[in-house]
Amino acid sequence: MSELVHDPAWIHGALTAARPQAVGALLRYFRDMDTAEEAYQEACLRALRNWPRNGPPRDPAAWLILVGRNAALDGVRKRSRDTELPPDDVISDLEDAETPLAERLDGADYRDDVLRLLFICCHPDLPATQQIALALRIVSGLSVAQIARAFLVSDAAMEQRITRAKARIAQRNREGADVPFQTPGPAERAERLAAVAAMIYLLFNEGYSAGRDPVRAPLCDEAIRLARLLLRLFQAEPEIMGLTALMLLQQSRLPARFDAHGDAVPLEDQDRTLWDAKLISEGLALIDKAMRHNRPGPYQVQAAIAATHARAAGAADTDWAGIDALYAALERMQPSPVVTLNRAVATARLHGPAAGLAMIAPLEKALSGYFPYFGARGVFLLQLGRAGEARADFDRAIGLAGTAAEAAHIRRHLDRLMQNAG
Amino acid sequence: MLYTLLCYNKEDVVWSWTREEDDAVMARLNVVHEKLVKEGKLGPSLRLLPTTAATTLRGPGLVIDGPFAETKEQLLGFYVIDVPDLDAALAVARELSEANPTSVYEIRPVALYVPEARPNAPRDRVKAY
Repeated sequence: MSELVHDPAWIHGALTAARPQAVGALLRYFRDMDTAEEAYQEACLRALRNWPRNGPPRDPAAWLILVGRNAALDGVRKRSRDTELPPDDVISDLEDAETPLAERLDGADYRDDVLRLLFICCHPDLPATQQIALALRIVSGLSVAQIARAFLVSDAAMEQRITRAKARIAQRNREGADVPFQTPGPAERAERLAAVAAMIYLLFNEGYSAGRDPVRAPLCDEAIRLARLLLRLFQAEPEIMGLTALMLLQQSRLPARFDAHGDAVPLEDQDRTLWDAKLISEGLALIDKAMRHNRPGPYQVQAAIAATHARAAGAADTDWAGIDALYAALERMQPSPVVTLNRAVATARLHGPAAGLAMIAPLEKALSGYFPYFGARGVFLLQLGRAGEARADFDRAIGLAGTAAEAAHIRRHLDRLMQNAG
Repeated sequence: MLYTLLCYNKEDVVWSWTREEDDAVMARLNVVHEKLVKEGKLGPSLRLLPTTAATTLRGPGLVIDGPFAETKEQLLGFYVIDVPDLDAALAVARELSEANPTSVYEIRPVALYVPEARPNAPRDRVKAY
């Protein structure tokens, strides 16, 4: 360990992992985001000087909180010409100074600090993309430049967006409508968890929709990291288990989602030997744990659908009746035309393309701008031998496709159609 | 003499490694593994999933989400079992718990299992003492 800690990568990893806890606790002390962030930055600088020399602290988060808090208080005292606190060299050597704080941190405060920090980013006044940007900046500690690249905007535009979001939160704070610092009650905690889970899933989808883009794809890893963090803090929440399982199972398919040309490969055509077995086993373990609670929710149901695919050797071996039933459950929990469209694919597998077509016929108006609708309907029509109508739907799908990979996927159906016709 | 080597680290750091970082560590470890296999020293080895995937059985009836978290007890042994899912694993743990009710069983899924590599490994029970 003492040798490893000279490795900048180890220190960087430890600082990143400790950041949510440390900034969350410092925010509770100072009740001001800028002060908390500055205190954390100062603590990190001291860690970079101190850890290689004195060895790593047993609990990096506790060390950063203590040193960050002292540094910020020290600044205040210096300004008021008061006596200085002892230097952090001394603090880090005192095991007994670190231990009681670490023990206090193990308590409920600790997890509520992190949850509060995440929840502040999910402020309902902020549009979804700003919530994610703020969480990446404050909780994950990504630089403004990194976030700007992930959102395909200039550094200056992202800087402005984050500054505005922070100002909005600070304004609410002054108006007294901020997130309270008392320990939340069970209902309040559940509400915060739900908002934070939604934000983490949005973050994941930002990365997922980007496919293999080297700048945006790591957002998926960050979302999974945040979900694992939440899960460590709230170990008995089935929806957090479900969310984490869902993201792990979706992420496990990444190596198979695109062919050599970068075109999207649909689930049923993917080479399942490329799926990441480690992510799958973790996802399956979590969904198993979640289901034992008998408290189903949308993330668990979606994870159970992903798990059914993960357990099948191929599209033909898939438990389509199980998937159809799970989508029916999801329709009841979260009625949406997109859910019904997904269900229709399973229904068509079970009862034939006519059943699928009948199920999605009423959705045309609601999904008139959604390319997968026309892609799926085209496939059903094709299977029913209505080639002309199928072609019209594929053409429409290509027109609506958001990315080249999506368009290429539909174009393959068209190519097949042409070959069969020829 | 048989020994187990129990590997400890910060899981939030290790499970945040990029694939490249993880591969680099595994490549360094594999050099050691291969040497140990050649020397006939390496029994089965495995890598565990993070504690977030764990469930703990405290007495035959009490199932708790999460890892074994007390410091009063010490790790005294472990089993590797092959079962289809968590319910089946819990059923095995319950049987053990009924036979040995004061013990706590943490059920932790395995991420990677490398079987016995010693060519002449004894098949019967081996007493290490």
